[in-house]
Amino acid sequence: MTGILKGIGASDGIAFAKAYRLMEPDLTVEKRTELDTAAEVERFRAAMKKSESELEVIKEKARRDLGDDKAAIFEAHLLVLNDPELTGPIEDKIKSDSVNAEYALQETANMFIGMFEAMDNEYMKERAADIKDVTKRVLAALLGVDLPAPALIAEEVVVVAEDLTPSMTAQLNREFVKGFTTDIGGRTSHSAIMARSLEIPAVVGTKNATADIQNGDLIIIDGLEGEVHINPTEEVAAEYKKRSEAFAKQKAEWAKLVNEQTVTADGHHVELAANIGTPDDLAGVKSNGGEGVGLYRTEFLYMGRDNLPTEEEQFESYKAVLEGMEGKPVVVRTLDIGGDKELPYLNLPHEMNPFLGFRAIRLCLEEQDIFRTQLRALLRASVYGNLKVMFPMIATVNEFREAKAILLEERAKLESEGTAVAEKIELGIMVEIPSTAVIADLFAKEVDFFSIGTNDLIQYTMAADRMNERVSYLYQPYNPSILRLVKMVIEAAHKEGKWAGMCGEMAGDETAIPLLLGLGLDEFSMSATSILKARAQLKNLSKEDMEALAAKAVTMSTAEEVVELVQSIGQK
Amino acid sequence: MSKKTFTVTADTGIHARPATLLVQTASKFSSDINLEFNGKTVNMKSIMGVMSLGIGKGAEIAISADGSDETAALEAITSLLKTEGLAG
Repeated sequence: MTGILKGIGASDGIAFAKAYRLMEPDLTVEKRTELDTAAEVERFRAAMKKSESELEVIKEKARRDLGDDKAAIFEAHLLVLNDPELTGPIEDKIKSDSVNAEYALQETANMFIGMFEAMDNEYMKERAADIKDVTKRVLAALLGVDLPAPALIAEEVVVVAEDLTPSMTAQLNREFVKGFTTDIGGRTSHSAIMARSLEIPAVVGTKNATADIQNGDLIIIDGLEGEVHINPTEEVAAEYKKRSEAFAKQKAEWAKLVNEQTVTADGHHVELAANIGTPDDLAGVKSNGGEGVGLYRTEFLYMGRDNLPTEEEQFESYKAVLEGMEGKPVVVRTLDIGGDKELPYLNLPHEMNPFLGFRAIRLCLEEQDIFRTQLRALLRASVYGNLKVMFPMIATVNEFREAKAILLEERAKLESEGTAVAEKIELGIMVEIPSTAVIADLFAKEVDFFSIGTNDLIQYTMAADRMNERVSYLYQPYNPSILRLVKMVIEAAHKEGKWAGMCGEMAGDETAIPLLLGLGLDEFSMSATSILKARAQLKNLSKEDMEALAAKAVTMSTAEEVVELVQSIGQK
Repeated sequence: MSKKTFTVTADTGIHARPATLLVQTASKFSSDINLEFNGKTVNMKSIMGVMSLGIGKGAEIAISADGSDETAALEAITSLLKTEGLAG
């Protein structure tokens, strides 16, 4: 079909490529009686053969494109596939029970999966995952459906999915995935954040992408306007070619600012830092001229796996980031899990209001083993760069004191063990709960810095769930209530000689930047890809003028009036 | 039937890659090949069987082959265990 889908532009840029649907097919198995058991065994063997040749192809492709390491997993899958202890019992079951191959396969595989999962050895537990993967492949062959293999995409594509989970995103090959579009999600959903960190255009929340787009359709992703064009006409394609070139030209213009400091028209310096999720994101921070890391989301270390990361694994990641930033500031946020970010292996009970529930620092103060392991890894890594530690979701001064005390205890332990820890590590908090913003003056006496997390601050202030599309009109960054809270936080920090940053989406927003500069924000932390654009914008703004603008903005009655006010400045 | 015993010398025991190599080698032969450890016997052509034994360093294992190419099979397996430094 042809057409245009409207969604939310989650990551800037224009992508033009063939669609690749990343969908899990339906592999539901029904039990049937098959009296011609010989034919059923033959059908099973044919599916095994098909799966084997698929795996051989995948293995070779993986070896060529990704290296022996990534190919090893498919080597293991081939062995499981050919395992006589798996195939023998399946064939026996088909014959003795007169059942269909799908059912015999599933029953037998489940028995083995259960056996491996029950072993108290991590390595063996992971083998259960191999059996699951192989079973899926043979089932797909029996049912005559295709399995997606995102790790093996080897031509330029646009990925089309219902939603992209962290583990799916991790498998995507950055070289070939030019953009993506999803049915669900918003500007702050995981998929959108990942798109910006991968620096690929994305449109999320289209509602119908997977229904309307077929494999191989030509797709244009317009991340600027939030539009997806399916099999566009030649005119539209030509128009987009122009726009894409203009965007590339604009980017090239911005790229000239990569090694410059961020200085306003009247000579004030502010810091433009990047939000990152993994050490892999550092390349983007550098190529976009980030003056630091303003938010390192450590939860990605904990996601897409079956167990907690060890102190050593965490240490290696933190060290890599600190060393990579070569002495520039790196603000690491301690584990922020709960809300929309779940860790299945923690077995946390389902909550009615997860965003108001047991998450982030609340969880860390309760599950102290998890928290202490992370803090030790951070403290050990601190000698490799300029580390600042930030606690998320702080609602009371006591929570900060408690978290700080635990950190100091771990520091003392490490030092008594003879492990080096950096002498000075700034400790700050995310300001994302209104209670904390309101008494920022009291917090400012105890913390070294604030970083305002606007995504949550806005949803908590407006009492509007940011995952609920029906109340999304209340997600108003420019609402005077938000601006006033931001103002209070910045002023409170400055009064005590501390600094205030912002690491929410608002910090990189074109309309918000003049206001934030005027309110005195010291550090703007954003997706790496937004940095150069923001630097170009700030170069042309006078801080003094923006102070007058911000002073006026906080007296406006509505968000719309604030936006109008900012736009009137731009037109002068 | 031919049978040989070994002591596992690899620090990691017979896990992951060593298990893969053993199964791949055993699968090349038509003889029935079994691996015995701690009173349990498994089919050595089965990766799940071999790994389910959880063979660690210092373990005493016995490998037996029964069939037309049993001698060649045992020789190949012995040589693999030695060259990979797995057992002696």
